[in-house]
Amino acid sequence: MHPHPHWIDYSVIGIYFTFILGIGFVLKKYMKTSTDFFLSGRSIPAWITGLAFLSANLGAQEVIGMGASGAKYGIMTSHFYWVGAIPAMIFVGIFMMPFYYGSRARSVPEYLKLRFDEKTRGLNAISFATMTVFSSGVSMYAMGKLMQLLLGWNFNASILLAALIVLGYTALGGLTSAIYNEVLQFFLIVLGFIPLTFLGLRDVGGWSGLKARIGNDAMVHSWKYLGHSNANPMGVEWFGMLMGLGFVLSFGYWCTDFLVVQRAMAADSMTSARRTPLIAAFPKMLFPFLVILPGMIAGVVAANSMSGGASAGTPAKAGSAVVSQATAGGGISLEGGKGIIPAKLDGSGKPLIKDGKTVLDYDLATPMMLVRYFPSGLLGLGLCALMASFMSGMDGNTTAFNAVWTYDIYQGYINKNASDQHYLWMGRVATVFGLLAAVAAAYIAREFNNIMDVLQLVFAFVNAPLFATFLLGMFWKRATGHGAFCGLIGGTAAAALHHGLTLPAGSVVGVKGGFLGLVVQRYPSEMAQNFWTAIFAWTTCFTVTIVVSLLTKPRPDAELKGLVYALTDKPKDMGLSWYQKPVVLAVVVLTAMVVLNWIFW
Amino acid sequence: MGFDIRLPIGIMFSVFGVLVGGYGAATWGNEMYARHSLGIDINLWWGIAMLVFGAGMLLLARRGRAVARAANKNVKAVQ
Repeated sequence: MHPHPHWIDYSVIGIYFTFILGIGFVLKKYMKTSTDFFLSGRSIPAWITGLAFLSANLGAQEVIGMGASGAKYGIMTSHFYWVGAIPAMIFVGIFMMPFYYGSRARSVPEYLKLRFDEKTRGLNAISFATMTVFSSGVSMYAMGKLMQLLLGWNFNASILLAALIVLGYTALGGLTSAIYNEVLQFFLIVLGFIPLTFLGLRDVGGWSGLKARIGNDAMVHSWKYLGHSNANPMGVEWFGMLMGLGFVLSFGYWCTDFLVVQRAMAADSMTSARRTPLIAAFPKMLFPFLVILPGMIAGVVAANSMSGGASAGTPAKAGSAVVSQATAGGGISLEGGKGIIPAKLDGSGKPLIKDGKTVLDYDLATPMMLVRYFPSGLLGLGLCALMASFMSGMDGNTTAFNAVWTYDIYQGYINKNASDQHYLWMGRVATVFGLLAAVAAAYIAREFNNIMDVLQLVFAFVNAPLFATFLLGMFWKRATGHGAFCGLIGGTAAAALHHGLTLPAGSVVGVKGGFLGLVVQRYPSEMAQNFWTAIFAWTTCFTVTIVVSLLTKPRPDAELKGLVYALTDKPKDMGLSWYQKPVVLAVVVLTAMVVLNWIFW
Repeated sequence: MGFDIRLPIGIMFSVFGVLVGGYGAATWGNEMYARHSLGIDINLWWGIAMLVFGAGMLLLARRGRAVARAANKNVKAVQ
């Protein structure tokens, strides 16, 4: 199956690129101060920051990764949304935004400096800046690899094109450009994937048809099989899932990652800032239907159906060799694959076998769905949506990097007292070298197969403890800078220790774990191991921070006003109709989330 | 700041709607629909949907501008 995009598809893509660059050009003249460039002058309405908040998070991980997880694990993947995001989004909106926005911090590390001290800020700034550049690079690599595999586009050209476009609009229009384009990207992704889900579901006979074809009850329930780790394909049980994913990992990301928090900081008022994550939560709840279902469908449909929908009757069984006709320029063979998900190929181009079973390339589930169901025309739209998801992740990384570099690292350590115009200039320059570094990271990712796993690891090591630090910092005035710093180091060390002493089933010692020489615990799956690493990291950071804080001198209350819960006036939501108040929104979101979990129990 | 984002969103999706919808109309009955989208001329229908969405956005943008202009007028009247 090798799709040949026609002029119409390229036109659609070309129009999209023109618009996103155009938006950057138009916004350039509004970028007069560094606050304009890095924080959009704190003037963006809530519905825009809300959609941008969500869109920046989307990236490659969501659209491709969730499709892959859907194909592999079924509807349990929804936990990444309904358990692993919504509660955290509500928490950050209601309880943490008052501090982020009210403290007038210009970045997350800057909040840490205001609340704790310089060394805590430095640790966070440097680790975040490095990781966000790598993350951008991995997005680029994933995109380049996908376009090459799917369409035969040149890898280098795709990366260069993506980097240049993102560079163009972020260097010109700063955060506002990124935010506006993210809203555009959001609608593109939604409008691109609704027809895909519609066609896919129609082909398999709706949700009941899909359930019948999949044939594995554990793949179509989200909670029922969480009692024991060997009852479900993900290999996790409910406690590890709730604490590891639902609490530590998700709160660690949504509450502390500057990539998303930056969008809320750009809002035009405190109320808007608090509503931003809540507004984002609404579409977030519905995304599983757009990104997980196509992945699930991919595993049970056949390639090119005969005219008249004859595919409707025959479920494709696992392992059936649906070999495609090889097209002139090579293509994707479905030999050894499942449904329309191809097998992973080894060096010689043959399907990769591990433990007697063919290894499937799950990342291709969603792209293959696009190719299978979209004729030329809509194919252009679908490819656009795919690229938009990569680029919205990339521009989020870029703007977050710019701000942290300029405000926290450059102004913090290198050049403390330059003019505002100088920092504005620095921000533009940082966009260039930040993206260059990301491109380099993309090539590194290509060289070292394990880089994505390493990056995941590093994220878990660094992010998991971070939430403990913020929680204590915002709600316990006794927490001190020494406590926070030691807690972060301790938490990261605990994560590394846990990972080094455990191994998931079916993995060899190395990046996947056990590198400290002794395997104390074997986990049924990588995901279970990740969740528990996160739990250990968080708990260690929490405990160490408390202990060290109690042993060191705290700052006087007067200095912490506006930075800690007990010392800040509660925000008053005056002049808002009842349905606009943040707390009301939160209750609605929570109720909807419970209902969704109930339906897919 | 800047301009109303609903404007470029509205324009872009209206353009997409006309382009893809028009292509869908021009290729009515083409075998690719049987091969891909279950026999449905999805280009035409979704093109129409996108046009409706784009037009809706433009209408909202226009209403936003009218509100802003009225607010400005009030401010000037008071001064």
